[in-house]
Amino acid sequence: MKRKEEVLQDVVIKFAGDSGDGMQLTGSQFTNNTALLGIDLATFPDFPAEIRAPQGTLPGVSGYQLRFSSDLVFTPGDECDVLVAMNAAALKTNLKNLKKGGTIIANTEGFDQKNLRLANYADGVNPLEDHSLDNYTVHKMDVTKMTREALKDITLGTKEKDRAKNMFVLGFLYWMYNRNMETTIQFLKSKFGKKPEILESNIKALQAGYYFGDTTETFTTTYRVEKAKMPPGVYRSIMGNQALAMGLIAASQKSGLPLFLGSYPITPASDILHELSQYKTFGVRTFQAEDEIAAITSAIGAAYGGSLGVTTTSGPGMALKAEAMGLAVMIEIPLLICDIQRGGPSTGLPTKTEQSDLLQAYYGRNGECPMPVIAASTPSDCFDAVYEAVRIAVQHMTPVVFLSDGYIANGAEPWKFPKTEDLPPITVKFKTDLAEGEEKFLPYLRDEKLVRPWAIPGTPGLEHRIGGLEKQNITGNVSYDPENHQLMVKIREEKVARIADHIPLQQLDSGAEKGDLLILGWGSTYGAIKSAAAELQHEGYKVSHAHLRYLRPFPANLGEIIRNFKHVVIPEINNGQLIKIIRDQFLVDAKGYNKIMGVPITKSELVLKLRELLGGHN
Amino acid sequence: MSETTTITPALTAKDFSTDQEVRWCPGCGDYSILAQVQKIMPTLGIPRENIVIISGIGCSSRFPYYMNTYGMHSIHGRATAIASGLKATRPELSVWVVTGDGDSLSIGGNHTIHLLRRNFDINILLFNNQIYGLTKGQYSPTSEEGKVTKSTPYGSIDHPFNPLALARGADAGFVARSMDRDPKHLQQMLLRSHAHKGASFLEIYQNCNIFNDGAFEIFTEKGTKPLETLFLEQGKPLVFGAQREKGIRLDGFHPVVVELGNGFSESDCWIHDEKDFYKAQLLVRMFDDPRMEGHLPRPFGVFYENERPCYEDMLNLQIQEAILSKGKGDLDKLLRGNETWTIA
Repeated sequence: MKRKEEVLQDVVIKFAGDSGDGMQLTGSQFTNNTALLGIDLATFPDFPAEIRAPQGTLPGVSGYQLRFSSDLVFTPGDECDVLVAMNAAALKTNLKNLKKGGTIIANTEGFDQKNLRLANYADGVNPLEDHSLDNYTVHKMDVTKMTREALKDITLGTKEKDRAKNMFVLGFLYWMYNRNMETTIQFLKSKFGKKPEILESNIKALQAGYYFGDTTETFTTTYRVEKAKMPPGVYRSIMGNQALAMGLIAASQKSGLPLFLGSYPITPASDILHELSQYKTFGVRTFQAEDEIAAITSAIGAAYGGSLGVTTTSGPGMALKAEAMGLAVMIEIPLLICDIQRGGPSTGLPTKTEQSDLLQAYYGRNGECPMPVIAASTPSDCFDAVYEAVRIAVQHMTPVVFLSDGYIANGAEPWKFPKTEDLPPITVKFKTDLAEGEEKFLPYLRDEKLVRPWAIPGTPGLEHRIGGLEKQNITGNVSYDPENHQLMVKIREEKVARIADHIPLQQLDSGAEKGDLLILGWGSTYGAIKSAAAELQHEGYKVSHAHLRYLRPFPANLGEIIRNFKHVVIPEINNGQLIKIIRDQFLVDAKGYNKIMGVPITKSELVLKLRELLGGHN
Repeated sequence: MSETTTITPALTAKDFSTDQEVRWCPGCGDYSILAQVQKIMPTLGIPRENIVIISGIGCSSRFPYYMNTYGMHSIHGRATAIASGLKATRPELSVWVVTGDGDSLSIGGNHTIHLLRRNFDINILLFNNQIYGLTKGQYSPTSEEGKVTKSTPYGSIDHPFNPLALARGADAGFVARSMDRDPKHLQQMLLRSHAHKGASFLEIYQNCNIFNDGAFEIFTEKGTKPLETLFLEQGKPLVFGAQREKGIRLDGFHPVVVELGNGFSESDCWIHDEKDFYKAQLLVRMFDDPRMEGHLPRPFGVFYENERPCYEDMLNLQIQEAILSKGKGDLDKLLRGNETWTIA
């Protein structure tokens, strides 16, 4: 039957269900389908640390938030328009983020007595029946029953059949948003090609969901979101960890240095190891080490031998690597430490996002141990930022910390991917022999950047020894001389500081050069700050936004930018870390906005806070 | 070890020494080990630039500074992991790890066993002096029970590691023992370690004359050596004593000492076969505390030697095969992925 079609500009859907319900897959399939239509999007997967938390319980809820829009979007949205709740617990945990008047698609089978009890509803209370949801549009459907019905001719057991119920929901949403199912059918074929019954059950469930929408008269409207006006070009969808892995391969190819990854599995960084282990045709060597320390030290061994040595981890892992990071500083060897931050301290919140390792990256080692720090701000920015991190490491002979976090690591967005030929070159020169007049190789003789030569084993005539003991300036011999130690500490500090001469100046992301308020951010708060700044600027406030990629050293003009504003606010998903460094370096009375809940800062809460700070003076 | 075909002018031990002053205590067993390593190095036919010595922390770990090759004096316990990363990426290099009992069995125990199980073609030289020397005399994971040290004034209650049994437990393909005081034997064992393709684990008893003087006296001094040591030779019976008057016979699974000529001849003794997996398990267990009444002699030599595929070879083979079957990676194709859309 013909339905009314409504064009929407901006939609936020949250898929929520039990952690075994396949919500991440459902969300990512809808995301892919959306991306291929040229609609802009941002996602926020949010799942429990347990692989299968107790079924039906509140901590077991897994969610995937997707925002898609015909405008450019920078965050996955503060509130949802549509909440898909596969069970009572999913409704309970996510209702607070549903817009008033929003739509709930509820799987009634997930609201039986047992599920209601597990979700801590009082005896006899069922939110689907007690009118507590009257301010919302509720579509109740027995997804489980309909999925089983659709699969009645398939010989699989009920348990297997029920696994396809996420496909039913996906099919229904494809219908609701006027989509074509082809992308998912192709995906299912490649995933289950060797298991024909499972493939058939998934496709049938998907189609059943779609036809259910089409044939049931209760649904009177379908929706369409038009293409976004993104800059012309060819796009793909990308997740942060994926972009990071590709950035490393690109840097390896452009520098001519074979890539070696030493890594120990840890959430949310493991996907980088999975991703890179596939790319043997690029000469990538991945090494799943016995622990975090072996992960970094094997990478140091590889770098010493002339490879691009990389280790990937999260906060607890970087803590274990601290001593080896110090060794890399001492022997002045290129190395990349990628920290995909998560909630801490200790094991903390493994699957939740946080920006709380900045001070660890800056200072978390014994001795005076300076090291450049680079942070990515969006999923696709992981590519460019890690590429830059490699360039700095190999051109300045230094370990570099690259910071991402759980939010951008797992988040997806459209990416106008670069062409190989457009990537800036990364020139690396090994020292191959003694220069004319050079009698003996001096491993700590520096160039104007204070960078020492990279002489790798196998090079005749340059045999030398390096190590973690203090080095004599120029010769690199062991030295306990007091003056030499002070000199070397200063040299290592200055070497990192001079990198500021080899990175771009800081640009404002939006707003005028001078004004009342500078919002200074770093990392994954980018989208929220950008959106908040746009809203305040629209309201007439003199607000600007600067977002840092280079955290150590800072771009040379950062102080100047800061001094052009009456107030500086630094929003962070931590208890105030960048703010300490900014106050220390620039003696500015910056204010923090700190959210430490394991979730991103939303645009609206930031706008409220900033308006309050500006005292309503626009 | 990897074959190196480069022709180099004949080198001498002196070519392998550096201008750095050797700073071990006078009388330290490390001097002898350094001398033997410097002696065998020129005979390997490997150019100096292709030799890398990596150490951790401890007295023995100063070793790289005194060897005119490539070298890294790294951090405590991690030499094995650093060497693994180097060997994985540069299989053509001859990589040696110099480590001590604290470095490789205590703080770095984990990396040691994992290097052995992965079977990187790396030579581990474990200088075992049964004491922490650099930190001035605490007991180590190989110190005997009851040992009185600075940190165990009432005697150590720690049960010591049996390093060779540990190495075999991790499936080390080459397991051997030697001592600083027997230069000839040590040279042979160094050459055998080098010749073995795969991870080699050579334990070297080394005297710390400052904090644990005489720890191995019973094995090294003329008076006791003949009856306390058992030198293993491939295909030869396990015979010891100044007059070769004693032998080891297997009674079921139990090695027992027999007097030769007294109803037993050499042919009744256990014939050493370093390829025998099961016998090697027994042999490494001949580790009696010499203070114990009726203890067995301590074996020296190659306990076990068998080759199996090396990690770095398999790693690089996977890469070669992937490239052979799929072609070299195309970066543009990778960046583009499977699904794209165009905005005009």
